[in-house]
Amino acid sequence: MGDEKERTETLDGTPAAAEAAHRPPTAFLEVRDLRIHFPTDDGLVKSVDGLSFQLERGRTLGIVGESGSGKSVTSLGILGLHNRRNANVSGEIWLDGQEIVGSTPDQVRRLRGRNMAMIFQDPLSSMHPFYTVGNQIIEAYRIHNDVSKQVARKHAIDMLGRVGIPQPDKRVDDYPHHFSGGMRQRAMIAMALSCDPELLIADEPTTALDVTVQAQILDLLRDLQEEFNSAIIMITHDLGVVAELADDILVMYGGRSVEYATVDDLFHRPLHPYTWGLLGSMPRLDRERSERLLPIKGTPPSLINLPSGCAFNPRCAYAELNDGRSETERPELKELEPGHSVACHLPLARRKEIWDNEIRPKL
Amino acid sequence: MIAFIVRRLVAAVLLLVIVSMVTFAIFFLVPRLVGSTPDDLASRYVGRDASPTSVQAAKKRLHLDDPVPLQYGRFVKGIVAGDEFDYGPQTVKCSAPCFGYSFRTSQNVLDLIKDRFPVTASLVFGASILWLTGGVAVGVLSALKRRSFFDRAAMSIALAGVSLPIYFTGLVSLSLFAYTWKIWPDGVQYANLLDNPVKWAYNLVLPWVTLAFLYAAMYARLTRSGMLETLNEDYIRTARAKGLPERTVITKHALRATLTPILTIFGLDIGLLLGGAVLTESTFSLPGMGKMVVDAITGNDLPVVLGVVMFTALFVVLANLIVDLLYGVVDPRVRHN
Repeated sequence: MGDEKERTETLDGTPAAAEAAHRPPTAFLEVRDLRIHFPTDDGLVKSVDGLSFQLERGRTLGIVGESGSGKSVTSLGILGLHNRRNANVSGEIWLDGQEIVGSTPDQVRRLRGRNMAMIFQDPLSSMHPFYTVGNQIIEAYRIHNDVSKQVARKHAIDMLGRVGIPQPDKRVDDYPHHFSGGMRQRAMIAMALSCDPELLIADEPTTALDVTVQAQILDLLRDLQEEFNSAIIMITHDLGVVAELADDILVMYGGRSVEYATVDDLFHRPLHPYTWGLLGSMPRLDRERSERLLPIKGTPPSLINLPSGCAFNPRCAYAELNDGRSETERPELKELEPGHSVACHLPLARRKEIWDNEIRPKL
Repeated sequence: MIAFIVRRLVAAVLLLVIVSMVTFAIFFLVPRLVGSTPDDLASRYVGRDASPTSVQAAKKRLHLDDPVPLQYGRFVKGIVAGDEFDYGPQTVKCSAPCFGYSFRTSQNVLDLIKDRFPVTASLVFGASILWLTGGVAVGVLSALKRRSFFDRAAMSIALAGVSLPIYFTGLVSLSLFAYTWKIWPDGVQYANLLDNPVKWAYNLVLPWVTLAFLYAAMYARLTRSGMLETLNEDYIRTARAKGLPERTVITKHALRATLTPILTIFGLDIGLLLGGAVLTESTFSLPGMGKMVVDAITGNDLPVVLGVVMFTALFVVLANLIVDLLYGVVDPRVRHN
């Protein structure tokens, strides 16, 4: 309770923030200037630092980035799953007209599962080993729907059937460890979809699966989206996955978005050197063996001590092209073309030139 | 399932055979190896000032002259089929399972154990309820309120509980509650449960609390760390993501997973203690198995020691079996079918 009080006070304390909080959202899901910081003994970890995006029903947003870029922290933030004792969350998250960051834990809890649901990365560790798959789906359904166990069980069997599990009336009584990896992920999806959520967040849903199963799961998500008209956030480090599924893509680096564009723009006219790096690191069968991967040099930055200026500048091959500006001044995300925002100091024309002449031929 | 139980029971019997061999070797083979003769053993049996003839008679009656393997065979036969002891004019029949007669009191060892076991069982039964509920409750609260004042205080007390030996906490509580404040003016006198349940419970409160304090401290620490670990599991995050109320997340999802390994330790602790809560019984002078075995060891009463060791092993093995079967009930991943 104390946390909430503090939160309202900070919101009220700064007039700009208070005013922003009353600005009505325009999209189904709207994230505004989201900041998620974790105070630790080593310093403040700024996992997400000023992230904004929008998502409409029936659309899919892909969030890509390396490990530690803040993808999963963002998704947990939307679900309100960060412990308020060890995470400082600020900014706004509007879901269908309701603001999440400033809501009480119980208000957010009621939204979870019913209005927004999440598919986790590792379905084996994400399901309780002691309860049957059916019971876990039944539980998810019955929190938000006042129905008898029999009705919920029928619903669970129905859901398992819909995600393509054979003999769902038998498998419903199996435990997670009886399922194969792909089946388990399907069960996880069935659980997430059991209350017809309007927003579905899939956090690397196919990472633990082999390629054929991966394709099946992506097909399944696409079909289910058509059926339920839900909004999907697809979190991944695999550009191949988002290329298939997403409408828009948000590229994250060091807790901020560096490029935000439609799939078409991002794959064909990317304007950020980091995005070029991601595209270059995608394995391709049609490239020479020696040149199949063009890795990004260096390692992801520490979220406690982000490089000054543009966080990507130590790894950027083009940072010296603008007289050290990248090292001193942080580039803001600017909409350079309709629906295409980029955070980079390099002149636009120069970037287009580099992409056309240097990067694209190598991909 | 049946096959599993049968397999485990066969393994249990084998284990008991090995335990009996090792124990027998320690008491009957090792003394020979370091030079004591059958006469020494026999003289221990008849007492300090015995005449050479009675020593010889005892040696003959107990077959102490036989090779050790033969003696062991006789010991096993006694357990399985009973034994006869030749007292010259008459023979004493000791029916199976026969663990022989006490060197000191000439009482049947099995009767002694039957006599003492209820005391130990009463002590362990009451204490285990106390420490399981208390320890787990404190551990869960500590984990949920990590780094709070309650957590720090509880864990400091738990550390003290683990570190302080029972003969310290027991004597302090006796001194305070029995002698200073006269809540138990006569000290602790064991009363039979069936004769007088109220007196039974009244007299056992101090031993229960003393024994439970030590174990509750261990269980609180175990539960706390187990709970903290479980709360970090992915499936707890999933439970929250479903929109479950926090209380359901804790009780239905986290506690269930935390308690399962505690169950194993609980079974082992109970099994071991049933063979004699040595320190508690000695401190409070409770006539249980532990007190008996301590007296037997100081008095060189080999048959009694051997008997108690065999029973302790039996309890541990049985407790293990029960825990394994229960594990199959609570953890579907190890279900046997």
